Amino acid sequence: MDIKQMPAIDKDTLKSENLVLNMGPHHPATHGVMRLLLELDGETVVKCTPYVGYLHRGVEKLAEDMTYLRALPLTDRLDYISSMTHNQGYCYAVETLLGVEVPVRAKFIRTMVCEMSRIASHLLWIATHALDIGAMTVFLYAFKEREFILEQFEALCGARLTVTYPRIGGVRNDVSQEFIDSVYDFTNYFPSKVDEYERLIDRNRIWFKRTRGIGVITAEEAVNYGLTGAALRGSGVNYDIRKLFPYDAYDSVDFDVPIGTHGDVYDRYRCRMEELRQSNRIIRQCIERLPKGAIMTKDAPKVTLPSKKKVLTSMESMIHHFMVITKGPINCPKGEVYVATEAPKGELGFYFISDGEGKPYRMRVRAPSFVHIAALPKLCEGGLVADVISNIGSIDIVLGECDR
Amino acid sequence: MINETLYNLIITIIKIIVVLSVAMLHVAFAVYFERKTIGHMQRRLGPMEVGPHGILQSFADVIKLFFKEDLVPASADKPLFYIAPVIGIAATMVSLSVVPFFNGFAIANIKVGLLFLFAMSSLGAYAVILAGWASNSKYSFLGGMRSSAQVISYEVSMGLSLVGVMIMAESLNLNDIVAAQQNFPTRLYIIPQFIGFVVFVLSAMAETNRVPFDLPEAEQELVAGYFTEYSGMRFALFFLAEYIGMLVMSSVAVVCFLGGWGLPGFIYSIFSGSSIFISILEVICFLFKLYMCMFFYYWVRSTLPRYRYDQLMSLGWKILIPVSVFNILITGTIKMLVQ
Repeated sequence: MDIKQMPAIDKDTLKSENLVLNMGPHHPATHGVMRLLLELDGETVVKCTPYVGYLHRGVEKLAEDMTYLRALPLTDRLDYISSMTHNQGYCYAVETLLGVEVPVRAKFIRTMVCEMSRIASHLLWIATHALDIGAMTVFLYAFKEREFILEQFEALCGARLTVTYPRIGGVRNDVSQEFIDSVYDFTNYFPSKVDEYERLIDRNRIWFKRTRGIGVITAEEAVNYGLTGAALRGSGVNYDIRKLFPYDAYDSVDFDVPIGTHGDVYDRYRCRMEELRQSNRIIRQCIERLPKGAIMTKDAPKVTLPSKKKVLTSMESMIHHFMVITKGPINCPKGEVYVATEAPKGELGFYFISDGEGKPYRMRVRAPSFVHIAALPKLCEGGLVADVISNIGSIDIVLGECDR
Repeated sequence: MINETLYNLIITIIKIIVVLSVAMLHVAFAVYFERKTIGHMQRRLGPMEVGPHGILQSFADVIKLFFKEDLVPASADKPLFYIAPVIGIAATMVSLSVVPFFNGFAIANIKVGLLFLFAMSSLGAYAVILAGWASNSKYSFLGGMRSSAQVISYEVSMGLSLVGVMIMAESLNLNDIVAAQQNFPTRLYIIPQFIGFVVFVLSAMAETNRVPFDLPEAEQELVAGYFTEYSGMRFALFFLAEYIGMLVMSSVAVVCFLGGWGLPGFIYSIFSGSSIFISILEVICFLFKLYMCMFFYYWVRSTLPRYRYDQLMSLGWKILIPVSVFNILITGTIKMLVQ
């Protein structure tokens, strides 16, 4: 055929399809069983649709059939990376519902272990985030300190991940002096370890290129998407529940809330790295100001269990023990309560409807991961495949909490 | 006449067997060396279980891979799927034939050795592209696409970075390049050709798909990239090709910039009587330099994050190629002036 006879190529009629890539549910970088349906034009992401629910266990429904005390271990399984904060959030919500006041010592202990949990969670985050972007060594550096924290948890309550240490009305057992000493020693050297992680990536040109200006979300958009935690603070919104609505001992310790400006992956990274140092500060202050006293409230006999000795010697206590175990807290008030706490990943809310029984009529968990995943399309669309990975890392999700 | 041909043939076959078996064994220990190096850089021990300090770990891995089931995806393009790893391993192994391990020793001491190396490393890209295409998997496909673009771009800068050396040595034969360095005042081309060296090292990393340019097999993005669907020995062939590719690229760096087998001058005058001893020293010297280069690869791997695809391209085209062209210009001008 003569070239002149060739029909002119009309770009609109040329058939070209986007490549649909199913990232997940099992994929090295989706941080659990999440599935992203990516529509790719070359390497550019045209559309990103997250699919969640692969880890659904019906935690909220299960809790409806359990007394408040028995539902507590379920919350460990929400964010298994930082179960302390989730136990605490749950306990704090139930305490608010039942009107239980926690002793001061227990408040300080809770604050301390929760900040340790936050450090462990952030360390896992920086480890996997850096690994996703290709910096392998940070992963192993961060895991060493995380391992120390988990060992301390094991010494404290016998479990490394699913601790169930905070209880309604206090904590399970008192902290030992060895525990306090080793944690205090940890707070001495931990900031230098944070410097060490930063030295590997913080000023690295490739790290800049992979994180700066990637996944930008403005403050307004971030609020509209319901982002919380460091994902929101990276965009410059000063929203930290520990500061705004202090619970436990957060109003009696000094700490700063790091704020970003650009709302990109790098600022979210900087916020979390700074939070590591702030958490370290909080732990130190908690240890220094740890008061003497009870670790379990004595003012709420209808909620807490009597001591074992009393149960074995006194008839009333035995009946009381039996009632609390089988029926849950006696004379629960009717009503609704929503209580939010600052989990490492963002705002963790527990919403209870009580109909006066010893178990919740309805429990709803506002999980930050679930809300954050909803913002993924906004962050990823228009970027490249490699940016999807940095974005997933930067919003810090855990699927156990998202799917519940 | 026939006897002489036969003799040459036998000698060549012996050379091939020696070089290839040494190279294969080398891969086993290069992997071990890498795992140990990175392990110690990351506050852990690396392999410790098989043999003393885990020295036999690689052999255990090979035995394991050997007995793995050889899976071929049902929708794969079977002939291409089978042939891709073979192309990869063949292209890199053939490259070894022109590398001079000591003075005068190379399986094929051909005049255009450097061009031959380029040709073979370009051919290696076919393995990656074909593997990505034939697997009929999207991750493999993306990996193959990335790799083809990457190899083509970095081939250019790698070729240009070595032109300076070619100008200075006035030869493309690798043995002659080393010999020319022996007669050069600094005895190493890295000193006048530092820009070329840096460009070459960066391009070689991209060419062999190593961190920070390991995009075709970026684990966190593309699972395993172009060899996602490969298993068992076919996977091992890709693995082998990558490590022999590193060996070849390191030896090019050693030959062209670091003086190859060249020993310091006084050693030649001390041991001038015993040529065998000198050859042994030369091999040791060559391997030492080679392993320093390999160590550099590992060091980078445990330190740096990974580039993004478009950033890699802009680095290659906008920085490395202009810089190496500039280097050629300078080298050529100086050469003209000196003559």
